[in-house]
Amino acid sequence: MLEIKNLYAGIDGNEILKGINLTVKKGEIHAIMGPNGSGKSTLAKVLAGHPAYQVTKGEVLYEGKNLLEMPPDERAREGVFMAFQYPIEVPGVSNAQFLRLAYNEKRKHLGEEELDPLEFKDLLKERAKVVEMDASFMTRSVNEGFSGGEKKRNEILQMAVLEPKLAVLDETDSGLDIDALRIVAGGVNQLHNPENAVILVTHYQRLLDYIVPQFVHVLANGRIAKEGGKELALELEQKGYDWLKATASETGGVGAQAK
Amino acid sequence: MAWLHRLRATAMDQFAELGFPSVKDEEWKYTNVAPIAAIDFKPALSQTVADTELEREQLTPLRCVETAQSELIFLNGILRKDLSSFAAISEEIVAMDLSEAIADERYREIVWKYLAQQADYVADGFTALNTALVSHGAFVYLPKNAVMKTPLHLLFVSDGVQTASFPRVLVVAGENSSATLLESFVSVNDSRYFTNAVVEIVLKDGARLEHYKVQRESVEAFHVATTAADLGANSSYNTTTINFGAKLSRHDIHVTMDNEAAECWVDGLYLVTGTQHTDTHSVIDHRKPHCTSHQLYKGILDGKSRAVFNGKIFVRHDAQKTDAMQTNKNLLLSNDARVDTKPQLEILADDVKCAHGAAVGQIEEDELFYLETRGIHPDLARNLLTYGFAEEVIGKIKIDSIREQLDEAVLHRLNARLEA
Repeated sequence: MLEIKNLYAGIDGNEILKGINLTVKKGEIHAIMGPNGSGKSTLAKVLAGHPAYQVTKGEVLYEGKNLLEMPPDERAREGVFMAFQYPIEVPGVSNAQFLRLAYNEKRKHLGEEELDPLEFKDLLKERAKVVEMDASFMTRSVNEGFSGGEKKRNEILQMAVLEPKLAVLDETDSGLDIDALRIVAGGVNQLHNPENAVILVTHYQRLLDYIVPQFVHVLANGRIAKEGGKELALELEQKGYDWLKATASETGGVGAQAK
Repeated sequence: MAWLHRLRATAMDQFAELGFPSVKDEEWKYTNVAPIAAIDFKPALSQTVADTELEREQLTPLRCVETAQSELIFLNGILRKDLSSFAAISEEIVAMDLSEAIADERYREIVWKYLAQQADYVADGFTALNTALVSHGAFVYLPKNAVMKTPLHLLFVSDGVQTASFPRVLVVAGENSSATLLESFVSVNDSRYFTNAVVEIVLKDGARLEHYKVQRESVEAFHVATTAADLGANSSYNTTTINFGAKLSRHDIHVTMDNEAAECWVDGLYLVTGTQHTDTHSVIDHRKPHCTSHQLYKGILDGKSRAVFNGKIFVRHDAQKTDAMQTNKNLLLSNDARVDTKPQLEILADDVKCAHGAAVGQIEEDELFYLETRGIHPDLARNLLTYGFAEEVIGKIKIDSIREQLDEAVLHRLNARLEA
């Protein structure tokens, strides 16, 4: 589904990703871990198409197509979704209006018929159960005045409505109390199926107690420093990231030489 | 009606002296009204208006379902009773032609007492002109404790080529009465005409008025209007002004709080494009203690349009415990649009809570990206964000069908921009 090959990317001329290789197949859950500044969030933003980030080298294939050539909205309509670490508030636009528009844009793209407000309301009511959100959230402006936990639940609600093939969750666990974490993780687990894939970007192992990945990749200094199964996350939890930083700077040095 | 003749004559002398304002006048610095003076507008005549064939059906898209039985329809500023509907106006409430009220012995005392008391015809040329010609318009009167159940719609329709209309509205709301007034200005064609409207509002102690002004004149029209309100003790005046139309529009809104514990909300939205020019001058005058005022004006500018917002808040020496809040926010959709915003506070009392601010900005990139990552095309995303910006003001209008019409108008405006 997703093939990242030797990806270099940065912002304002600073190179952050320095040769990422990653393959994700449908049905899989991958966790991208790593210390602050390792490039985790940059990778998520590059996949979503954030305009501030420039790709300087490498390629990303999504279902065999060049993902990097697609504008962000097209990526989304093709089934790529990113849950934001800091969801944006959109004053004056209700959650229901926003979700229906996004949903219908995708339907149009797929050549399917759009849903009218009433039809969509039923669908939304159904999907909202995934993250235990009640109807009052639907008439409120998108994320405006939402608590941190509500914003994250709203991200997963959007995921539930848009049914992406590839969901990239950027630090979705940050700032959540245990109840909110349980709800958010439960939502992701309900939405995950053999036909789609999830990439969890997270600093902590905590989220992975609830959403269990098959693969864990540890980023350090813009490269994947270590890869393994879910047990790697536990190892990180015990040892921290410091031992990786040494390894990463070595490999980083090699990368710099290779250029 | 000797007093009326004297009033007109005085105002005419005043207009002769003042003339139309020029850009040398500080209050008209950014708005040049020379184009109005340059065109030979003819005042609308009663007979012509009465003879104009106009079907109610033609007006359907301009009307509103909630007020279908409670609407006064004016053509070029003159009431057309045959098109109006009074069925839902309860007996105790008066809504009638102003010239009839002046002649009616039941109401002429009230008109005499309040007409031309709020709107300043001594300093303002346009108000002087309107006052010099005062005759047509509406008189709305609520006796003490009267409650208006159905909102009253004053629908000002223009159809005239080079016609000038001078509607005058006087609203007197008795003690503890409550009412909702919708004042709209529309056109049945794209002709060039001139509206010079003056609305005076008197709220007695404890009276409550919701007042919406919707200006959707023809894009060739000139619209100059004054709203002047005088608030009684413990009264509440909640007004929202929408400015979408006209080639050039100017709205002076003046709220005087010369009694204790009055509260007002003076909100508005202007949305202009092309070469439209819109100017709002607002004065909120706190003269007595414990009054509260809230003001939110938002502007959306596209094309080469231009907007002016000048908002003065006066807190007089006696107006202790005043709470005044004023915000003006502008969204520029084009590099060629320009806004001049000037919020001003003048505080003479020492125990007050006042805040004001102005902002001019563009669509936020992070909001745009967020919507794009949900599959929404950037053009559509920009429109949605602009709509959201407008919604904060439009959402204040409590008449559903008007709100829907305005939402559609915003989206249509924005789509028109897409197609262009």
